[in-house]
Amino acid sequence: MKVRNLIKITDLSVKEIDEMIALADEIRNDHDGYMDICHGKKLATLFFEPSTRTRLSFEAAMLELGGSVLGFSEAAASSAAKGESVRDTVRTVGCYADIIAMRHPKEGAPMIAAEGSTVPVINGGDGGHFHPTQTLTDLLTISRERGRLGSITIGLCGDLYFGRTAHSLIEALLRYDDMKFVLISPDELRVPRYIIDKMKAAGAAYEEVSKMEDVMPELDILYMTRIQRERFFNEEDYLRLKDTYILDPEKLNGARSDLTVMHPLPRVNEISVRVDDDPRARYFEQALCGKYIRMALILTLLGIKKEAKQ
Amino acid sequence: MNIDGVTTGIVLDHIQAGKSMDIYRLLKLNEIDNSVAVIQNARSTKYGRKDIIKIDQEIELDMDAIGYVDPNITVNIIRDGRLEKKEHLELPEMLTDVIRCKNPRCITTVEQEAVQRFYLADRGKKIYRCVYCDVEHSE
Repeated sequence: MKVRNLIKITDLSVKEIDEMIALADEIRNDHDGYMDICHGKKLATLFFEPSTRTRLSFEAAMLELGGSVLGFSEAAASSAAKGESVRDTVRTVGCYADIIAMRHPKEGAPMIAAEGSTVPVINGGDGGHFHPTQTLTDLLTISRERGRLGSITIGLCGDLYFGRTAHSLIEALLRYDDMKFVLISPDELRVPRYIIDKMKAAGAAYEEVSKMEDVMPELDILYMTRIQRERFFNEEDYLRLKDTYILDPEKLNGARSDLTVMHPLPRVNEISVRVDDDPRARYFEQALCGKYIRMALILTLLGIKKEAKQ
Repeated sequence: MNIDGVTTGIVLDHIQAGKSMDIYRLLKLNEIDNSVAVIQNARSTKYGRKDIIKIDQEIELDMDAIGYVDPNITVNIIRDGRLEKKEHLELPEMLTDVIRCKNPRCITTVEQEAVQRFYLADRGKKIYRCVYCDVEHSE
């Protein structure tokens, strides 16, 4: 049987994404029914770059399915420190684990890994490139919060140049009808041209703006992102741009009462903690969705289905 | 200027003037035993000026690589003094080990023996992007 991987969000059809969202909802509603379904299966988390949320949510997902986890959380603790190639590391780990989730600072590393792997490889983030499981998390959150995917005006705010979560989410939402993207960023951190090209090719509506307040009333969703220190070659540029967009209760005053505020987390200061208690702030719910969608993804890639009740 | 015709071999015609040495290097024509003629700035009714390469031997050609350098090249296969086949090229959908990714953040810059693969992202503008990092190739 051909090994299924998840390297970029478009590896999954819209139908598969919809099924995975439905499965995540089912797992959440029937936790006990899934608690032992991956007994005897092992997930390897190969994190060549530090992460809290992604790695722990993968591990929590596998543990809650009754499986076990192994792996490393920084490149220094792996054979990469000795100069081993990504392909060799993953081929070797495939001898010990049934499925692999990896994060790597180099763009395209999970794709190279998957080319030589005998077990499914999940991209847990490759540099500033893609982060498809965050996208699945976002889609599940949007689906639950808005009751639909499509016919949505979404504002993406912050670092849209290096922000891989924004790139993946845009690509995923381009496959749904009647989407409008409002891209809010400083000039230096606008979305890369290849993403703009894809929006044009898909015929999606989009506008690029630099001021958050102007567009707030028209948004269904405001997706905030962090200005990422680790993506800058130059500390000065980072310090100059990091405080550009901070969401606070005053800015939210101009927004609709049913706005959904999302953030892939971690945040630094781009959302004031004073926003956390506002019912429109849904980013911790989003983090919870991350665990359930990863449970659904693991089951899907391993081809494990719950037996029908007699 | 008098250059012998090819009896059995290949004639690459309609090469954009000035590009013939790129093709020469790409096809490693310095490594073959038989004679190779590179004609630069020949008169062309179609293009004004063109380059031509005549290879006095049938060799395996990487059509994708040639098509990438100049999709207007015509490849003529000559056998026993007769034109056996004429091929018109186009920009290939995929390029394998023809160009290298220059994005310092791309895995192919560090992974041992990584294959360099690019896909055609925009035919009109001749834009190729790295399969691994999606960054546009620049000359």
